[in-house]
Amino acid sequence: MDLCFLSINITSFVADPLSHEFMRKALLMSSLVAAVCGFLSSYLTLKGWALMGDAVSHSVMPGVVVAYALGLPFSLGAFIFGVGSVALIGFVKQKSRVKEDTVIGLVFTGFFALGIVLVSKIKSNIDLHSILFGSPLGISLSDVKQTVFISLLVVILLSVFRKDLILYCFDPRHAKTLGINVLFLHYLLLTCLSLSAVVGLQSVGIVLVVAMLITPGATAYLLTDKFDNMTIISVISAIISSVFGIYFSFWFDLETGGSIVLVQTFIFLFAFLFAPRYGIFKFKKLFSDY
Amino acid sequence: MDELNYKSYRIEAENICVDYHGKVALYDANLRLKAGQICGLVGMNGAGKTTFFNALTGFVNISKGKIRINGESLRIAQQDQAIAYVPQSEGIDSQFPVSVWDVVMMGRYGSMNILRSPRESDIQAVKDAIQRVDLMELSSTPIGNLSGGQRKRTFLARAIAQRASILLLDEPFAGVDIRTEKLISELFIQFKNEGKTILLSTHDMIHVREFCDLVLLINKTVVAYGETSEVFTPENITSTFGGMSPDVLFGPES
Repeated sequence: MDLCFLSINITSFVADPLSHEFMRKALLMSSLVAAVCGFLSSYLTLKGWALMGDAVSHSVMPGVVVAYALGLPFSLGAFIFGVGSVALIGFVKQKSRVKEDTVIGLVFTGFFALGIVLVSKIKSNIDLHSILFGSPLGISLSDVKQTVFISLLVVILLSVFRKDLILYCFDPRHAKTLGINVLFLHYLLLTCLSLSAVVGLQSVGIVLVVAMLITPGATAYLLTDKFDNMTIISVISAIISSVFGIYFSFWFDLETGGSIVLVQTFIFLFAFLFAPRYGIFKFKKLFSDY
Repeated sequence: MDELNYKSYRIEAENICVDYHGKVALYDANLRLKAGQICGLVGMNGAGKTTFFNALTGFVNISKGKIRINGESLRIAQQDQAIAYVPQSEGIDSQFPVSVWDVVMMGRYGSMNILRSPRESDIQAVKDAIQRVDLMELSSTPIGNLSGGQRKRTFLARAIAQRASILLLDEPFAGVDIRTEKLISELFIQFKNEGKTILLSTHDMIHVREFCDLVLLINKTVVAYGETSEVFTPENITSTFGGMSPDVLFGPES
């Protein structure tokens, strides 16, 4: 990158995009979405639900399409298909000898394909490209309301049941011994996953939303040994990625979703190499992690 | 009077069966334990030891039989925090970002409000428990930075903080240092005096002779059960371990 260009134009680099209303909205909404996905990300990473996140985020596609076509909130369709896909994965796994990862891959690609076929068949104003790759620059007002509502709901659920969810991820057997409803926590996390996937896909699209759900958590996991710090780092790195991703996309005319996820990946790479304790080049002596 | 006798059993497992998707893991298993008894659960890998624990904690459903804890159903036992489970080292993610204090506090969750915000009494119980396993100076250390023995002590402290009357310990002596082994042995004696009931699985025959009043030998079902001195015979052990010679199992000193 041309450093001279940056130093001279740093003010306009930051300020120019802000003069456009769609950019202000995109930055605000994407940051909110990133914060929610980043918050959930710390749980998913520790629960080992990366593949599950991929499955759910792809499976919501037909739900979103059908909901749009029927004029229902897209979150409702996404929720039904998200939770439904996981139930179906569980059912097929139990009733057949096919291994779990195969079942997961099989079910979510099936749903995803159904979604793509539906888009081409149902007459509506759904733009396949914006579902697949996100369109943070073109979020409508009703989408904004829904996104804010879902985001608040997810954050409240994850906060109220925070300690139980940590216990569920860490040692479900102990939770069961204490009479804590483990099945409820399982479906709670799943519900939050489906809801986060559907708000995340507006920002980066279905194809990349899983990155929003796992990369910030994985980055944070390399940087701390405390769950609270992990969540904070995860949320912050997700927001930074969104903001920088959108700026880069504005200035260099890049696909926004790809740009956001690429920044996330670079932050992970940085942590992977230079994390004080768990990086390739450990700087344990320079920093103290706790 | 009958009622009292009935209630005097801490653990009663009657003809319990567990199967995983049609594959039998445990069948017709019986166990009765009273307060202050320590029972060793001995069997090969895959003989159903962990399944037995899973059934007693309610982590898996039994397909047949009956389990009563303190004379009540498992659900009530769970509500009463009656059972504490100390997992095997391999059974947990040692890199999970929680500290010793966090883990021990999890022992108190059952008696807290929905937000699990600790009261003064919970904080005191956690402190006491951590002190009893001699980890006070490491209480804010992430469990990923502990040795195997220290991690084992952390989970013991969680069980202590829970104030359960029944302790289930999966391989408590596996992979621990001498200091931890000594501390666990001392704790067992204290637990026994406090009237706690302990069921522990182990591969180490010497530990069984040392600590256990009773032994339950299992191989998918109960091979033998009773006082250690009576049940722990070479013949029984051989049949438990599928014909393997007890010499191999006991080592040269026995």
